[in-house]
Amino acid sequence: MTTTTDRRDGAAPPRVRRRRGVQRWHVTAALAALVLAAAASLFVGVGDLTPADVLDLDEAQARVLWASRVPRLLAILLAGSAMAVAGLVMMHLTRNRFVSPQTAGTTEWVGLGIVVATLWAGGTSVFGKMVVGVVFALVGTALFVWLLQRLVLTDVVVVPLVGILLGGVVSAATTFLAYRHDLLQTVDVWMNGDFSGVLAGRYELLWLVLAATVVAYLWADRFSVAGMGEGFAVNLGLPYTRVVMLGLAIASVVTAVVVVSVGSIPFLGLVVPNLVTLAMGDNLRRVLPVTALTGAAFVLVCDVLARTIRHPYEVPVGMVGGVVGGVLFVWLLLRARRRVA
Amino acid sequence: MVLTAPQRAGRRRRTLAVLAVLTLAAVAAFLTVDVTGSWDYALQQRGRRLAAMAVVAVAVAVSTVLFQTVTNNRVLTPEIMGFDRLFVLVQTVAVFLLGASTVTTTDPRLRFAVEVVVLVGFGALLHRSLFGRTERDVHVLVLLGVVLGSTFTSLTLLVSRLIDPNEFLTLQDLLFASFTSVDRQMLALSAVLVVLLTAGVWRLLPHLDVVALGRDTAVGLGVEHRRVVDRALLAVAVLVAVATALVGPITFLGLLVANLARQLLGTHRHAWVLPGAALLALLALAGGQLVLEQVFGLNSALSIVVNFLGGIVFIALLIREPRQ
Amino acid sequence: MIEIESVSKAYGGVRVLDDVTLTIPTGGITSLIGANGAGKSTLLSVAARLLPADSGRVRVDGLDVATTPSAVLARRLSVLRQENAMSVRLTVRELVAFGRFPHSGGRLTREDHRLVDEAMAWFELGPLADRHLDQLSGGQRQRAYVAMVMCQGTDHVLLDEPLNNLDVRHAVQMMRMLRGMADELGRTVVLVVHDVNVASCYSDRIVAMREGRLVAEGPTAELMTPELLREVFDVDVAVHELAGRRIGVPWS
Repeated sequence: MTTTTDRRDGAAPPRVRRRRGVQRWHVTAALAALVLAAAASLFVGVGDLTPADVLDLDEAQARVLWASRVPRLLAILLAGSAMAVAGLVMMHLTRNRFVSPQTAGTTEWVGLGIVVATLWAGGTSVFGKMVVGVVFALVGTALFVWLLQRLVLTDVVVVPLVGILLGGVVSAATTFLAYRHDLLQTVDVWMNGDFSGVLAGRYELLWLVLAATVVAYLWADRFSVAGMGEGFAVNLGLPYTRVVMLGLAIASVVTAVVVVSVGSIPFLGLVVPNLVTLAMGDNLRRVLPVTALTGAAFVLVCDVLARTIRHPYEVPVGMVGGVVGGVLFVWLLLRARRRVA
Repeated sequence: MVLTAPQRAGRRRRTLAVLAVLTLAAVAAFLTVDVTGSWDYALQQRGRRLAAMAVVAVAVAVSTVLFQTVTNNRVLTPEIMGFDRLFVLVQTVAVFLLGASTVTTTDPRLRFAVEVVVLVGFGALLHRSLFGRTERDVHVLVLLGVVLGSTFTSLTLLVSRLIDPNEFLTLQDLLFASFTSVDRQMLALSAVLVVLLTAGVWRLLPHLDVVALGRDTAVGLGVEHRRVVDRALLAVAVLVAVATALVGPITFLGLLVANLARQLLGTHRHAWVLPGAALLALLALAGGQLVLEQVFGLNSALSIVVNFLGGIVFIALLIREPRQ
Repeated sequence: MIEIESVSKAYGGVRVLDDVTLTIPTGGITSLIGANGAGKSTLLSVAARLLPADSGRVRVDGLDVATTPSAVLARRLSVLRQENAMSVRLTVRELVAFGRFPHSGGRLTREDHRLVDEAMAWFELGPLADRHLDQLSGGQRQRAYVAMVMCQGTDHVLLDEPLNNLDVRHAVQMMRMLRGMADELGRTVVLVVHDVNVASCYSDRIVAMREGRLVAEGPTAELMTPELLREVFDVDVAVHELAGRRIGVPWS
């Protein structure tokens, strides 16, 4: 019915104003909160360490701080921000809000890669798994894109659905392999996001994703244009295919590195970009830094929860993230729906 | 090529007949291949497994087709909406709260009743929140289902973390689809439920054909849309509960057989699609189990294989679809 | 006869129908006109019980549409909305045959089959009978939908923008067919039309709406005046007499 659209157009100005409501000081405040939370997280854990101790560390405390707490915090910030940005980039390039590494099958491909590496490539080293994981992620994402091109019906639901189904097929293959070779539990451990194993000397490969995130930021405008569609992009003189390929490659590499290093955190790449763009609109250059911050904050909060929920034991952060992210997303969906209805 | 109506009907009948023959062949093979020792014992054992397969096949086929009809969408299934993962969650929570020994020694019928109540409740909730006002936002529905399913899985994992490892093993047995460990009383109960529900659904068939045209058209043609949808969804919730409670989740089976049946029979009429889908489901289960056992020497990985093949076939369907 | 009695409807606090009272007499073609957002489609949907009214009531042949069993109404009133995307694949014949559902409940009699053939012939769909809807052009599909509604054989036929997707030739053809349904078959046809000249050339009565309210209603000739059109569309419209018909020209 046309009436409602007309009336809604009439009601648009306040909404636009609300969107502008996210202002610089909001971002600054969020950043400050993140820094505070990050600092606080350094003092959560089994080992005894209080803020006061920092001024005068004894040897054991220094070891805890530099070998465990700080690397862990860095890993969280790196993985969280990079995965959220990867989701954002993927969402833009596929022009679909619901596409993310977790809904395009990328994560599942990395899982298959890990099993294959363990079984046949002798990939016991993290680096070996990572190389194989990256290759699988790239192949998987390429396959997804190839399927999308074949898909005449590029409905907003069908696209992520194909990705989810593809992920299901790949994870069935992974499960089957693991089942036959008695690796089910290993796969579980690998795939579940968990920062408890992060120690100095064992997470440094994660710095790779920072590089990828920076590249994504530098290319943000190109991704924005590519996200408007091939016609737009070509009209503006952009090498469309190359930009899309590069963007998806960035997302794949980030996913593979994160999954291999710390495991998968469901919804991270889906929820965070959706939340942020809902509040701020779709200008990639403007949204990307906030997305990175929010992603980091999301994982940080989940990790603190995971550490405290059953203190002194830890629960993998992936499960906490899955529940928190899921609930958040359902709330988001229903809220968005109510506003439209 | 354009076929006339009688030609189409002829082809449908032939397709259904071929399906029936294939299914019978798979069933016969499943019962008789490689019997060592007592035939009596073998037939009894396998007969029970086959009965379980038949019950599950009908339940999955009917529930999926109905669900797709009332949601006017051929990619939705109760499983995609998270029904079966909720089942898993409930099992896990039960083991966590009550302990594995309590759960496994509880009367399976009681366990089953609880499952049904929870699933029906969930179905009603989905229904209330999503079918209420606007009927069109299917993508929200799908996404919601996928997200809920994933959330249930995370919750399940979270809870299972808190469970003793030994109890976790018991849980895993409960969760992997297996036709070997079906309880006899449960099977009888499930069979009765499925037969009753299918009979009830059968009376709704002409109305369901109209409901499949979309809400407005259906109302325009005088169907009590709301009532038909309510009843169909109730049947769906119970049928899904039956299938999952009996053998655990087989996520992609329904998706696979409902769409294949429509594709092969070239119609959306429920009187054709329902039997077609049920036959396909039984064919997939009996045939699949046969192949797994005889070729790979495995007997409890059927759900994995069905998910693998189901996913591939479905992606192919999605991609081929619009070119017709 | 369709009697609409002080019907109001709001979406999320916005009133799209504001106390509309209107009687559509039996026979002929009545066109609802108005700018986008005037509430035409909503009124049509409420009259056809596709949407519930917030207040007021609608009676068709004396039957309250909110309380009369849907199946009873479906034998007196048929409706076609603007968007009819279907998730099922049907042939034209199968679609048109659904028009007989209110009468036969899905099991077609010989008489039903005759009526299906007749409706398809009326809309020149014979050669397309066994094609699937998704193999047709937009115009052909639109005719198939209207044929289904006609096949329903009701006294009242409500159509929302039936000229959607039709080029000039097919639009003219469609309007002639609808004219024929009214004149030869004695149906009461109610249309939502956005082109005021289509309403002027083919309908007997016009109902003009603006912002959810009724502006005027009456015989076509009486309503096709510059004053009224200005009030309805908020734009100056010159009205010329051409070959015995009144044509509104907003382009000046």
